[in-house]
Amino acid sequence: MKLSVSHIMKAYQGRPILKDCSFCFDRNITYVLMGSNGSGKSTFLRICTLLESPDSGEIVYTVGDTPIHQDMGLRRRITLVLPRIGVFNTTVLKNVAYGLKIRGAHHADIEQKVARVLAFVGLEHKKKQHALTLSSGETQRLGIARALIIEPEILFLDEPTASVDPENTEIIESIVHAMRKEGRTTVIMTTHDREQAERLADSLLVMKHGKIENMPST
Amino acid sequence: MDALISGLSKAFSLIFHLNPELLGIIYLSLKVSGLALVTATIFGLPTGALLGLSRFPGQSASVSVMNTLMGLPPVVVGLFVYLVLSRKGPLGFLGLLYSPPAMILAQTILAFPIVASLCHSAIVNIDPIIRQAATTLGATPGQVTVTIIREARYGIMSAVIAAFGRVMAEVGSILIVGGNIAGYTRVMTTTIALETDKGNFELALALGIILLSISFVINVLLHVIQKKGTANRA
Repeated sequence: MKLSVSHIMKAYQGRPILKDCSFCFDRNITYVLMGSNGSGKSTFLRICTLLESPDSGEIVYTVGDTPIHQDMGLRRRITLVLPRIGVFNTTVLKNVAYGLKIRGAHHADIEQKVARVLAFVGLEHKKKQHALTLSSGETQRLGIARALIIEPEILFLDEPTASVDPENTEIIESIVHAMRKEGRTTVIMTTHDREQAERLADSLLVMKHGKIENMPST
Repeated sequence: MDALISGLSKAFSLIFHLNPELLGIIYLSLKVSGLALVTATIFGLPTGALLGLSRFPGQSASVSVMNTLMGLPPVVVGLFVYLVLSRKGPLGFLGLLYSPPAMILAQTILAFPIVASLCHSAIVNIDPIIRQAATTLGATPGQVTVTIIREARYGIMSAVIAAFGRVMAEVGSILIVGGNIAGYTRVMTTTIALETDKGNFELALALGIILLSISFVINVLLHVIQKKGTANRA
């Protein structure tokens, strides 16, 4: 699945955030989007994932040359891990299983996939623990696990390491790196950390003056 | 003082020997209040969810009205239900006055705003990020609503228990619409009022002890639920 955004405009209380923002995201590539605080990175991800509407402009998801309708069907093929993931007041296991349960998956299938995803993010030993008792780094990994279990075609990660210790940052980076290696998911991630961006990205982008540009190499 | 000690000792004897009259009154009280609570929850929870999760003109006013109705005076509710169910009232043809269904109706009216208002409060206190998290994971609007209600479950349980406490201890409305008929509409609170008037303190005290015990259990339950809800968030 490809994503093409064209001429996106978005302003909050008269203050423009995105100004004629256009870009084409190809499939199965890891994009890392950098930019200063308030540059519009998060707004951009929220608009791409249909959490917010742009003031103007167009977001088009396509498979081959066929555009996909922006309905529940599309919503279930993409996902966004928010900086504050929104932990459900239950166990780690039930948090991770959520996406499959709402899709009506069978119990055996859920169990198998939860075990696999939890192992992938290194939380398999915490599956019975209450999710609200996890550390901030583990919580972020839980958010990634919750997103990965639904096997999104495009995974949006909004600053997944912003409030995480170095050890968990390393684990999260290794998860993104493993997804990049597998090459089955398009990842669009935002970060402040230039070195991290260079470590993880196939394509390095920067949000500048409300527009997305390719990052000039150093 | 002697009268009190003697009354208490006879009251404990009635409780200890499982006096049939006492048991009948307790059973009817629990049945009336329990059914009123179930009915109030069936209507109150969706109303609370609607007030908490949707946006519509007059929403704030509706919340204020619901909060105000939490303090409905029971005798006013009793009077209203009486007028509706009396022979000349709009529902007089049903012949429900001075029957347990009339008492259930009155208690439902009293419990409904408590359930609706406290459920609304529990739902609006859920972090808005939960709605976004569910949406990004592919939940339909209906599934998002269910998720938020599930997140608010401890608050909702507290609302239901608080409403049960209110209707169990209520006397004004059920006395008016039930008529305090022995073996038919006589419940714990109305019996206490009647027996006190008659100077028959044993049964009144026995029922008072049981009512207090129920109130204690309700408060313990509330405390446990609230503690569980906050402990998870700690």
